[in-house]
Amino acid sequence: MTEEKIGVYICHCGSNIAGTVDVVDVAKWAGEELKDRGVVVSRDYKFMCSSLGQELIEKDIKELGLTRVVVGACSPHLHENTFRTACDRAGLNPYLCELVSIREQVSWVHTDRQAATEKSKAIVSGGVERVVHNQPLEPLHVPIHPATLVVGGGIAGIQSALELADAGFPVYLVEREPSIGGHMAQFDKTFPTLDCSACILTPKMVSVGGHKNINMFTWSEVTQVDGYVGNFTVTIRKRARYINEELCTGCVICQEKCPKKIIDEVYDAGLGYRKAVYTPFPQAVPKYPVLDRENCTYFQKGTCKACEKFCPTGAIDFTQEDEYITVQVGNIILATGFDLFDARRIKQYGYGRLANVFTSLEFERLSNAAGPTNGNIVLRDGVTTPESVGIIHCVGSRDKNYNNYCSVICCMQSLKFAHLVEERTGAQVTNFYIDMRTAFKAYDEFYQRLLEEGTQFIRGKVAEITDAARKPGEEGKLIIQVEDTLIGKQRRIPVDMVILSCGLEPRHDAKEVAKLFGISCSADGWYIEKHPKLDPVATMTEGVFIAGCVQGPKDIPASVSQGAAAAARVLGRIQQGEIALEPVRASIDEAKCSGCRICNNMCPFNAILFHEDRMVSEVNPALCQGCGTCVAACPAGAISGTCFSNEQILSQIEGLLLLNVRRPLVVETVY
Amino acid sequence: MRYSYYPGCSLERNASAYHVSAMEVAKPFGVEFAEIDDWNCCGATEYIALNKIAAYALVARNLVIAKNQPDNGHTLVAPCSACFLNLSKAEQYLSENETFREKMNIALEAGGMHYTAGGLSVRHLLDIFVNDVGYNAIAEKVVKPLKGLRIAPYYGCLIVRPGFQGVFDDHEQPDTLDKLMKVLGANVVDFPLKASCCGGHMTQISEAVAMDLLNRLLKNAADYEADILVTLCPMCQLNLDAYQADVNRYFKTSYHIPVLYFTQLMGLAMGMSAQAMGIGKEFVDARPALAKIGVEVPEPAPVKKKRPSKEELPMPRMPEKE
Amino acid sequence: MATAKTQARAPTFFDQVVNATVGNTHLDMCIQCGTCGGSCPSGPDMEHTPRALFAMIKGEMKEQVLRSNTPWYCVSCYYCMTRCPQDVHVTDIMYTLKRMAIHEGLSKESSASDAPGFSQSFIAFVENYGRSFELGLATRYHLTHHPLEVYKMAPMGWGMLRRGRMNLTPKPIKGLTELKAILNRAKQLEEEDYAL
Repeated sequence: MTEEKIGVYICHCGSNIAGTVDVVDVAKWAGEELKDRGVVVSRDYKFMCSSLGQELIEKDIKELGLTRVVVGACSPHLHENTFRTACDRAGLNPYLCELVSIREQVSWVHTDRQAATEKSKAIVSGGVERVVHNQPLEPLHVPIHPATLVVGGGIAGIQSALELADAGFPVYLVEREPSIGGHMAQFDKTFPTLDCSACILTPKMVSVGGHKNINMFTWSEVTQVDGYVGNFTVTIRKRARYINEELCTGCVICQEKCPKKIIDEVYDAGLGYRKAVYTPFPQAVPKYPVLDRENCTYFQKGTCKACEKFCPTGAIDFTQEDEYITVQVGNIILATGFDLFDARRIKQYGYGRLANVFTSLEFERLSNAAGPTNGNIVLRDGVTTPESVGIIHCVGSRDKNYNNYCSVICCMQSLKFAHLVEERTGAQVTNFYIDMRTAFKAYDEFYQRLLEEGTQFIRGKVAEITDAARKPGEEGKLIIQVEDTLIGKQRRIPVDMVILSCGLEPRHDAKEVAKLFGISCSADGWYIEKHPKLDPVATMTEGVFIAGCVQGPKDIPASVSQGAAAAARVLGRIQQGEIALEPVRASIDEAKCSGCRICNNMCPFNAILFHEDRMVSEVNPALCQGCGTCVAACPAGAISGTCFSNEQILSQIEGLLLLNVRRPLVVETVY
Repeated sequence: MRYSYYPGCSLERNASAYHVSAMEVAKPFGVEFAEIDDWNCCGATEYIALNKIAAYALVARNLVIAKNQPDNGHTLVAPCSACFLNLSKAEQYLSENETFREKMNIALEAGGMHYTAGGLSVRHLLDIFVNDVGYNAIAEKVVKPLKGLRIAPYYGCLIVRPGFQGVFDDHEQPDTLDKLMKVLGANVVDFPLKASCCGGHMTQISEAVAMDLLNRLLKNAADYEADILVTLCPMCQLNLDAYQADVNRYFKTSYHIPVLYFTQLMGLAMGMSAQAMGIGKEFVDARPALAKIGVEVPEPAPVKKKRPSKEELPMPRMPEKE
Repeated sequence: MATAKTQARAPTFFDQVVNATVGNTHLDMCIQCGTCGGSCPSGPDMEHTPRALFAMIKGEMKEQVLRSNTPWYCVSCYYCMTRCPQDVHVTDIMYTLKRMAIHEGLSKESSASDAPGFSQSFIAFVENYGRSFELGLATRYHLTHHPLEVYKMAPMGWGMLRRGRMNLTPKPIKGLTELKAILNRAKQLEEEDYAL
């Protein structure tokens, strides 16, 4: 029999909970059956999270002298804070309030009203048993380091970096490629304005490169992340460029003189060539080239060294090694972008077998004035201008055989391609689509423009692209076989060139990178946002934010918005200077500690110290994140976690099983 | 290695050459195909058009016989693609679908039989040769490589689609038969329509459609200068072979591409006689084409590697061909 | 797929087609993209592409669907089913439509009215002997459906016989009685399903 005075509040949540659970009954039951477990008042209310609902709690605390509060409502993820704050206002320590979920864990997953009501009672009973063992706690305040790590130098990462740097705070920008710019640097024009991509991107790139607050690490990757929000320790591997940045002037004579030419798979999408020592494109930021060791004649065979001979400042340094740099940051923004769907997977489209089938990125490079054909849209022979072009939407997207989702940008991109082909070559263009997804500002008007320009549209997902001609008009052409669904007939359209609007996919190493930063990604590999509607740039890991295509396919305006949003969130944190952390942390009972030190190495945050003199371990409360690993690992059971002590957990279980009212829980299995 | 074997109706007579050559080429590898006892027709693409439960029951009887056969190696091998499809489809649907299986057993009980799920994998004859025997083992037994013979491997549709258990090659551009022919020493002609349908029974339903489908295949093979089409399905062989003259009449073409089974070509490469392989039963005579490999063929002039012109754009990098 | 909350109502033509097909057809997932119609080798000769037929099924146009020659022109190549982005079991649905067209007597009114006859002739021999019998099938089918053109088949028939590729007489299996019992029971069960 406890001396605590517990108030129980059951929420209807409109019909969200009340539609399945008899909340009135649950409240009544708690008030009667749990009376000798400490419950002095039990109420039900339509919307507990509303001001009036909260006031109910506050009033009872003040008038009835409640010492504990249990709210049966939605998941703690949503309103734990709301009710804790309400208690705080009324003078009760917020950690003496428990929110138990009878929505996500009951009404949203069950349909049988009787079973759901019984389960809710059990859950509330568990909460009541547990809350008695809660201790009044104070949140920990940790300082926020003002520096930020931005991973990924594409448009989203660039936007974040500039916003933070312009606000006066230091930024470390890490980019895997030799230059920042990302995919946007590969494009020719951008929709719907048909702005030249490089023209709008390079000014931002230059700002980043010259910004006093931005420390750029290109040709680099993050290798290790330790710590927690406000206090991350990040190790960056700065790969050897074999170029001394102090001496290099960016004249690129080394690139000119290098005799080794290889296909540029990255920037030129496999369509153009680069040298072993190269800058990916002339406007690269930073201007320093990199030397690709695997393709360098000197590194592979020991001869050449032409670059060194010709470099006017002696900046080539074959002895350079990777550097590992450790930085301290308060927050991290991940903006690592996307990879293109591999069109070789769709064999019936013939990419890789039929010469004149191109992917979207290949076409961007063709169309780009700085590309391998100087902006001439030509066939694979490098010379012939096509007279007829087919553009295929939804390649590898909206398809259970490949990726089930829509890649968002392909319809607009396909229209853009149609425009560019018509403008540059005068060829007859036909777009093959299932639906026309042109939903944002000025997007549908762009579609209408394309209609005016004489583009043909055939509604049908292309079945196959073949060179097997059936009649004279098809000889020597690529034939697009498709059902024109609006006419209802199968058609074969002969064209010279086919452009596949390939879908967007997560980076091939997205899962590993997510693990490195301690966040989750979904089954398809896109990073998971804290809430898909209301919190698209935060993650479940405090201090780590996401922006741009890494969160899901999106266009440039959306990427920029997310980059700015993530930066704004970080700025908010930096402004506050400190963050209140949940006082969920472990503590070691010295009397029980045998000094085995198993916990020391298990701790992911290096928060456990060992006292040699007393042969016992101790948890540093400032670093501890309350993950519970040591609690579980300790063979002597010497470690307990606040907010998750053994007593709390065991008594919650007893309450769930209704052992506290000496009646076992009987629930018929209902599906 | 011992497998249960389901020849199918065609292999009894129409495609007896396929059966005979398959049995002969299996011997040197120590592979035994044991015909299951008293099997019945699989229904082809006909019974399922009339009656669903009866159609599956017709196939299920064979599955039950195979499962009850001792030493069945847990594998049932079918040389005909349509039989292969029917057997693997029935096995998959009956295994997965409890309600349907119960209904099936009511019907089977009337004949004193009972179907249990699992315990049998249905595979095509080609799968056994290329995956179980293996290309290396086959290469070792090649004594008369088919050098100089341009062979177009034709898969047809049901061996690679739609993907019921037992499918072992790509749906669109399979290459196991290509690799097998290469191992036999032939010049393999990789023509794009190699997995396009021959039309099946369309010769009896609509002459226009059937002729069109066959013409597409023959034209494509001819465009790629194939000497011989090699198949692994009696229906495809019959259509492309027996109706080739009709196609010529219909379209005023003059195709003369003999159509042989892959086991026949294996046998020839392994030194067996054309007669032992049942060659001579085709409508389109194979002997002129085969005369090519009975004769000393001079080494083809080395193809001068075309130096890519300065302007030519590189092709996308494709996965390495084994 | 109907959820627990869908109201009970009489089965629609759409429901009938889905229920009469083994496995999960995913017909409700069709987004009308046209991959099936685009892939079909005999597509140009069908009155309706498979996609159009599915739209008609959803539109409860039972008579027109079952009168269409489409299912009879299906060559069972499975291109459609393999490529469908929504995993609709197109070919299996075609077989169902064939069965329903015969059952409802509407196949006679399609432009492929001879097609069921071919299948029926084929199966008649299988049911009576356990294995197929081409000579019997060819003769019976052509005499029934194109009696005046039987002569066209003669060269092919003679070619087959001459090369030893066709039996002159059918060969019954041993377990024929059991097989017939099984098939008859199966047909009964199928009729019961139709009655539902």
